[in-house]
Amino acid sequence: MNDGTSATVTEIDMRNTSLRDLNRQLHEATSGHFVVTNPRGAHAVAAGIDSDIVVELRGSVGYYAAGMLQRGTVIVDGNAGTGVAENMMSGVARVTGSATMSAGATGCGGLLVIEGGAGARCGISMKGLDIVVGGDIGHMGAFMAQAGNLVVLGDADHHLGDSIYEADLFVRGDVASLGADCEEKEMSAEDVDLLTQLLERAQMTADPGDFRHFGSARQLYNFHPDDINSEVAEARS
Amino acid sequence: MTGENWHQRESYTFDRNVIAEIHRAANTGIYRIRGFGAKRRLPTFDDLVFLGASMSRYPLEGYREDCGTDVIIGEGRAERPVHLDIPITIAGMSFGSLSAQAKEALGRGANAAGTSTTTGDGGMTPEERGHSKTLVYQYLPSRYGMNPDDIRKADAIEVVVGQGAKPGGGGMLLGQKITERVAEMRTLPEGIDQRSACRHPDWTGPDDLEIKILELREIVGWQVPVYVKIGAARPFYDTALAVKAGADAVVVDGMQGGTAATQDVFIEHVGIPTIAAVPEAVRAMKELGAHRDVKLIVAGGIRTGADVAKALALGADAVSLGTAALIAIGDNSPSLEDQYQALGTTAGCWEDYQDGTDPAGITTQDPELSARLDPVVAGRRLANYLQVLTLEVQTLARANGKSHVHNLEPDDLAALTVEAAAMAKVPLAGTSWIPGMG
Ligand SMILES: Cc1cc2nc3c(=O)[nH]c(=O)nc-3n(C[C@H](O)[C@H](O)[C@H](O)COP(=O)(O)O)c2cc1C
Repeated sequence: MNDGTSATVTEIDMRNTSLRDLNRQLHEATSGHFVVTNPRGAHAVAAGIDSDIVVELRGSVGYYAAGMLQRGTVIVDGNAGTGVAENMMSGVARVTGSATMSAGATGCGGLLVIEGGAGARCGISMKGLDIVVGGDIGHMGAFMAQAGNLVVLGDADHHLGDSIYEADLFVRGDVASLGADCEEKEMSAEDVDLLTQLLERAQMTADPGDFRHFGSARQLYNFHPDDINSEVAEARS
Repeated sequence: MTGENWHQRESYTFDRNVIAEIHRAANTGIYRIRGFGAKRRLPTFDDLVFLGASMSRYPLEGYREDCGTDVIIGEGRAERPVHLDIPITIAGMSFGSLSAQAKEALGRGANAAGTSTTTGDGGMTPEERGHSKTLVYQYLPSRYGMNPDDIRKADAIEVVVGQGAKPGGGGMLLGQKITERVAEMRTLPEGIDQRSACRHPDWTGPDDLEIKILELREIVGWQVPVYVKIGAARPFYDTALAVKAGADAVVVDGMQGGTAATQDVFIEHVGIPTIAAVPEAVRAMKELGAHRDVKLIVAGGIRTGADVAKALALGADAVSLGTAALIAIGDNSPSLEDQYQALGTTAGCWEDYQDGTDPAGITTQDPELSARLDPVVAGRRLANYLQVLTLEVQTLARANGKSHVHNLEPDDLAALTVEAAAMAKVPLAGTSWIPGMG
């Protein structure tokens, strides 16, 4: 079956392989290249991969494809449902079509590339992952994003970066509105370098100079209680 | 009444606590955030009594006859079901809200008693994995510190939808407890007042939850059970939906449930009491033919063996302890009275788990304070306490003629108040009347 070289391609047809058997085979593999045909919108395909394998999913997938990807590469040759590459840790996930909601949710590391567009809550609560989207993203992009970078070559819908922490957002097109505590930041030379690298890693062509940079205004980081009593006491003393 | 003290009469509407709160609010402009659970008087398990054995029910002998206490969760679905020796577990409390010493103590106590502990909003620390023989991993909306390696190290996964202290609210951890390590585990800046998400980022609703559970099972290769924890909001529907989504266990946390930090208004005014939630959860499970197959774990204000036994009699398979476990390891101990006084409170009333100033070294990240808690001694205290609860449950079960604590049933109970009868759906003592049921 898998002789350990990436030149060998193992084909798995989901018409006659159950999700459990497919994922078991992918979890047991330590190297190799797998082509999965006929996923037909199945959920949790190639979830929980933890080795440097390459998995190509030929066709569209349901929820949580490449979920919690720890290492390796997963390519969705088609569209992906909710939560593609959710909480990925490292490695590369690439969707050649579009992704629906919560793409790359809570991802901690690695690179997620979506060649088409992404739906609502793309990069929600991301924690270190890099996401590059070729098209537009839906509303609440990077909601509560904690760390990592989100690059959007198209437009971003309403409430981008709502309640954002220390993630960086780069958008080439229009931003319908910014969410609470998200503000436009300066585009420094380092930001341009970072963006150049991200585009290169994602194999996307765009001029970094065309992007705007957004991040946290850090106004929601702490409660701001008034303290009338101690002020009055101080004034009296 | 002569009426001569009319000028010292306290108002029921504006009592001293209400007045103090209005002053506090006016002084600070921020809602009160605190720990502990609801403090107001609520219908509780104390409003129920066991009937005991009689002419028609034989009791079992206290010393000679067996009375089983074990619970198995996830049998038939997970490769490695959870086996507990006692029907009492330790609830999810994060490292961050609790000190490393406190987490260790909980692990030690639970191990000795043959039961599980649970992580919390902040991920799994290597120490707590090391100190807990059976560790349930919480999968929360914030996903702080969530990673697949830890999930694979867990003995069970608990998807947290809600918590009794705040159904509909996310976690909170104030800046004074966000030390460097806590910040790093949560990928957050140090010292911020952290308000975690209240909704899961990648699923909404029961149909999505079913797919989420499938994904979690696939990731861990169907090895361990998956629980779903809900705050007691609409327990009938929420339990039914959790069962339908494929949970191996449903954890129902009543409004008394403790918290590390939540708005007081949330703690006191959202959710329904534990005693009202249990029968509804059981009804949902029975209607789906899942009662006893899918396990029901009840939390929120469980303090005594009587509470445990009554929860079981109403149909729970196990209970879960938060606040009581912290008290067992030393929280609110009178031996620390001077220090509670210095904090403007008194032993027995201290509730500022959010503050990081815990004199007992439990709900703090301060190295000096947390060093006060000896995890070995505190673990023994917890083990002793769990043993007492277990013996008490067995005593009550035997008195009702039961050879396993799970054989306790609603028929063994009567209610002391009309409210408790209506909520727990057991007859008012001395009658056969269950309000609302004919
Ligand atoms: C200090 C503390 C921290 C808690 N942290 C969490 C948490 O991280 N996740 C969670 O689901 N519940 C958390 N809870 C709630 C408990 O898991 C449990 O539902 C509750 O304590 C049960 O009620 P009891 O305290 O009356 O026993 C916490 C409770 C306390 C007291």
